Amino acid sequence: MDAMPKWADMLLVPLISLLLAMVISALVILGIGEDPWAALKLMVQGSFGSTYGWGYTLFYATNFIFTGLAFAVASHAAMFNIGSEGQATLGGLGVALVCLALPWPHWTVALVAAMAGGALFGAAWAFLPAWLAARRGSHIVITTIMFNFIGLAVLNYMLVNVMRPEGSMDPASAKFPDSTNLPSLHDILALVGIPFSKTAPANVAFLVALVACVLVWLLLWRTRFGFELRAFGKSESAAVYAGISPTKIIVVAMLISGGLSGLMAVNNVMGEAERLVLNSVEGAGFIGIAVALMGRNHPLGVLLAAILFGFLYQGGAELALWTSIPRELIVVIQGLVILFTGALDNMVRMPIERFFLWRRRNAQAGE
Amino acid sequence: MGDQAPAIELRGISKAFGPVQANKDISLSVAKGAIHGIIGENGAGKSTLMSILYGFYKADRGEILINGQETQIPDSQAAIAAGIGMVFQHFKLVENFTVLENVVLGAEEGALLRTTMSNARKHLTEIAEEYEMDVDPDAVIEEIGVGMQQRVEILKSLYREAEILILDEPTGVLTPAEADHLFRILRGLRDEGKTIILITHKLREIMDVTDTVSVMRRGEMTATVKTAETSPEALAELMVGRKVLLRVDKKPAQPGRTVLKVDNLKVVDDDKVERLKGISLEVRAGEILGIAGVSGNGQSELLRVLGGIERATGQVEINGQQIDLTGRHSDGRSRRERGIAHVPEDRQRAGLIMDFAAWENIVFGYQWDPTYNNGWLMDNAGIREETEGKMERFDVRPPHAHLEAKSFSGGNQQKLVLAREIERNPDLLLVGQPTRGVDIGAIEFIHQRIVDLRDAGKAILLVSVELDEIMGLSDRIAVMFDGKIMGERLPGETNEGELGLLMAGVTNGGSA
Amino acid sequence: MDTFSTLIQVLDSTLRLATPLLLACLAGLFSERSGIFDIGLEAKMLVSAFFSAAFAYTTGSVWIGLMAGVAASIVFAGIHGIASITFRGNQLISGVALNFLASGMTVLIAQSWFHQGGRTPSLMGGARFEGVELPFAIGPTEAAETGRPLNPLIAEAGPLQQLYSELISGHSILVYIALLAVPATWWVLYRTRFGLRLRAVGENPAAVDTAGISVVGLRYSSMIIVGVLCGLAGAYLATGLQAGFVKDMTAGRGYIALAALIFAKWRPWHALGACLLFGLLQALALRTDVVEALFPFKMPVQLLDSMPYILTVVILAGFVGKAIPPRAGGQPYVKER
Repeated sequence: MDAMPKWADMLLVPLISLLLAMVISALVILGIGEDPWAALKLMVQGSFGSTYGWGYTLFYATNFIFTGLAFAVASHAAMFNIGSEGQATLGGLGVALVCLALPWPHWTVALVAAMAGGALFGAAWAFLPAWLAARRGSHIVITTIMFNFIGLAVLNYMLVNVMRPEGSMDPASAKFPDSTNLPSLHDILALVGIPFSKTAPANVAFLVALVACVLVWLLLWRTRFGFELRAFGKSESAAVYAGISPTKIIVVAMLISGGLSGLMAVNNVMGEAERLVLNSVEGAGFIGIAVALMGRNHPLGVLLAAILFGFLYQGGAELALWTSIPRELIVVIQGLVILFTGALDNMVRMPIERFFLWRRRNAQAGE
Repeated sequence: MGDQAPAIELRGISKAFGPVQANKDISLSVAKGAIHGIIGENGAGKSTLMSILYGFYKADRGEILINGQETQIPDSQAAIAAGIGMVFQHFKLVENFTVLENVVLGAEEGALLRTTMSNARKHLTEIAEEYEMDVDPDAVIEEIGVGMQQRVEILKSLYREAEILILDEPTGVLTPAEADHLFRILRGLRDEGKTIILITHKLREIMDVTDTVSVMRRGEMTATVKTAETSPEALAELMVGRKVLLRVDKKPAQPGRTVLKVDNLKVVDDDKVERLKGISLEVRAGEILGIAGVSGNGQSELLRVLGGIERATGQVEINGQQIDLTGRHSDGRSRRERGIAHVPEDRQRAGLIMDFAAWENIVFGYQWDPTYNNGWLMDNAGIREETEGKMERFDVRPPHAHLEAKSFSGGNQQKLVLAREIERNPDLLLVGQPTRGVDIGAIEFIHQRIVDLRDAGKAILLVSVELDEIMGLSDRIAVMFDGKIMGERLPGETNEGELGLLMAGVTNGGSA
Repeated sequence: MDTFSTLIQVLDSTLRLATPLLLACLAGLFSERSGIFDIGLEAKMLVSAFFSAAFAYTTGSVWIGLMAGVAASIVFAGIHGIASITFRGNQLISGVALNFLASGMTVLIAQSWFHQGGRTPSLMGGARFEGVELPFAIGPTEAAETGRPLNPLIAEAGPLQQLYSELISGHSILVYIALLAVPATWWVLYRTRFGLRLRAVGENPAAVDTAGISVVGLRYSSMIIVGVLCGLAGAYLATGLQAGFVKDMTAGRGYIALAALIFAKWRPWHALGACLLFGLLQALALRTDVVEALFPFKMPVQLLDSMPYILTVVILAGFVGKAIPPRAGGQPYVKER
């Protein structure tokens, strides 16, 4: 019998972890001489107080949904894919190449092609680590870290030596043609008569991310492949007994994971920057880890956690704008959230388990 | 011995893990210079009790007296200081260290190794000679056999000058001959005045080697008797709490056509060691072929090859059709499609996904079957419904399909696996260690189901390290040793002694 | 410029660039040999780099800076220990978290302390590690005596003296400490009781536990060593190699050190070799003129940059001998019967 009810495991534990991270963050803010309560109000105001704020929050959240789902899918196959960063970087390259390759007639066609390009490049970047893990027993964590750095070097090379428009000193690609520009949430919501900020970068990719959540849920808990993937993730020896091929699961799970990471580029590269720059991923790949951890590797949890991190990002940017608190505060909060929800999980869990055991014993004694 | 204080005295020891009471108010007295057996079923609390004595767990209540002195044992260090040594069922050796390094670890003389090592080498050789345990101090653990590793464990304790030695299920990995050697060593130690506690669930060992025996059942100490004054039957009854049928009730077999034909099967593992050295056998419809042997002599590999988990060379025919043993599609699924069902030796590592619900486990291995999916999507509702029927027919308790496999007891987990595999109505059932870690009540049920399947005209290949089980269930017995079949016997025409010799590689003509 | 002096210059900068890698790599060695994965080497170097620079600047003493850096690094190692030893958390996740924490916190504190955009002011004089002039080497003393600049003085000397003065002499004390740390690590690991126990706990903690030794104690001791070594590495970055802290100045060195550790298959002397090789690659990436002269084709600098990572993947793929990590690595120890 489990020590605590499922809801406590799914909700109570992450929420308490989050609270602890927040308390320490507040102490950090106090430590640098600012008022944490005012900072929190400013963050909430800045990210949820206007459609402009919402537009940024959802834009960041879209990135994190993709990378969070990517990490979650790999996690269910017991693969610690720390390479989202590199896979999203390469996804950006794929999206950029697609957008610049043809004079696309309409954004819908361009979006489908760019999604394919981004997912393909992201998946390709996950393939070699996956194959090496499956066939050569290489440690997936180390290989994917290495591929993050190699990916950055590839992008650097491509931007400096291949894709940089003539005469430009910037290590960046040319601007994508207008026909590839995605409609923003402003455009979409205008169709149903809801006013929304025109300048915020949230765009149609957010809807793609929502669809991705549903598809990942279906994949993991409704399909045969999902059954086999989860079985493998729980017990490799049992999976082999059942005739499930580890190579197939590892490679396909990592391809899906890499593909999801690559899809992120549809949002940040195609939807916002509309050209490819060097550091476009900005750590979103790593934040995906935090998002998946908080969301307990479940698509719904990932969605909520991604919005939370979107809030942190947008709120943090507002803080940097209006106070003397640097943007790096959000990096600290991220670190704390990962620390408490991931690494110190047992520290939070053990007292709660003990509480439920104590309560149960009391209930039995009372009978 | 008379008025001497007992080497160990336990008074009112209790220990609970969460809601499970592993030890209930246990009192025990072990005389100095005796071999004291502790016998009980799996889960009776023997190992927990000894772990408390060795400082691995802390008792909730009760006291420990060593040589009449009350002693606190908060950790292993305190146990060692009190003169207690323990040989665990799973050895606690550093695999890539030498024998000498393992012996010295934790008992070094000073901060630097140089003098420790040379002194230890001398001391170790002396002890080894004194008790006739020859070991090479420079051999690396992963390169020596299990019997030798066990001797290293004993030497570790003796090097620390242990006066009380606890051995937890020491013969599980040994051949009968190696076990006899171990018992000789233990008697020698006793004669030197050491006190030995032997934990086992094997009645034969208790009768062979102990002076006194204590019986545990469900966390309680039910009796302590002089070995000379008791019998295996009486001990079995004390262990289980009621009269036990040690024999399985079954009709003579009616063997039909040949279902499984294995010819010259060979397996070479990753370290280039030959694990199967040309196995040939046949199993016919309506019979149970039992494979006896000490674990580690190729039985596991045989099951794994037939179950599609491991690759091999040679020929295997099922219902007269050749099976692919090496190809890309030689896997568990292809075997199941040919009508081979497989109850694996280790249900927790292979047979079940412990974190999956019962209903997910009931299709595990058959998830590809069109009954359970429409090609892509699983028919979860249909599977749940089917699960309830299977759980009822196999008496799985509690009969809740949504419970995770890990929340069932060992016996009920095994019933879950059997329900899945037997209800496929296979032509051939591979079954390994069907009752390992299963309570006695469930053992009878499981044995009956296997016999029922045989009577339904199916072929069964049974692998077990429990000789009683092999003798009771099999219609024919094949004995494996060192990757080979040493011989075949009929259960009515052989006895444990003969099988034991075969298991140790000794045939009529001498050692193999 | 002649080939010989170019060679010496490249090797000289190899040694300097290899130093932080080597210290971090040996830190990783202690950690992983005790059974704790550490992808947070980067974090510890970074906090040490910041605190050493900040304290060196504020107090004017590089030694106080060094101590502050090492202390900060030990605190981070301690957090990793609490997460992975006491609370049996996921060691990889803990590493990732600490990397974030260090990256954000250093800038945050730097900004509120010095108000210079998240960096420390430049260090000068006693707030930096100066080169140590070995006996008989031509160094600043000779330059001051003769009243001539150092470079021509060395160039005029014989090749052996050039090699000695330029490559061997004149480094910061931390470079020599790093080099000495290699035999020291070997000695500790293979010649002391602590080393025997440390190697055992990374292979089979149950064996150590049942032998009456505290697994937790051993692993925390190794965390302290990790903290010290990473602290030295970070302090060298900010107060030896460069003059002050800038944001994310470790620039992935923690990961390269990890790569070197795998490359070295967790052995001290091989770690020296691997770190020198990776240091050489970094040194070459800074000298495009040398690279152009060396290779007949145009060598992209990005390829040089990613060579350590590519080589590590090749090693991990097991095509050049198998890299077998300590067996208990990454798994929290839970008592079992």
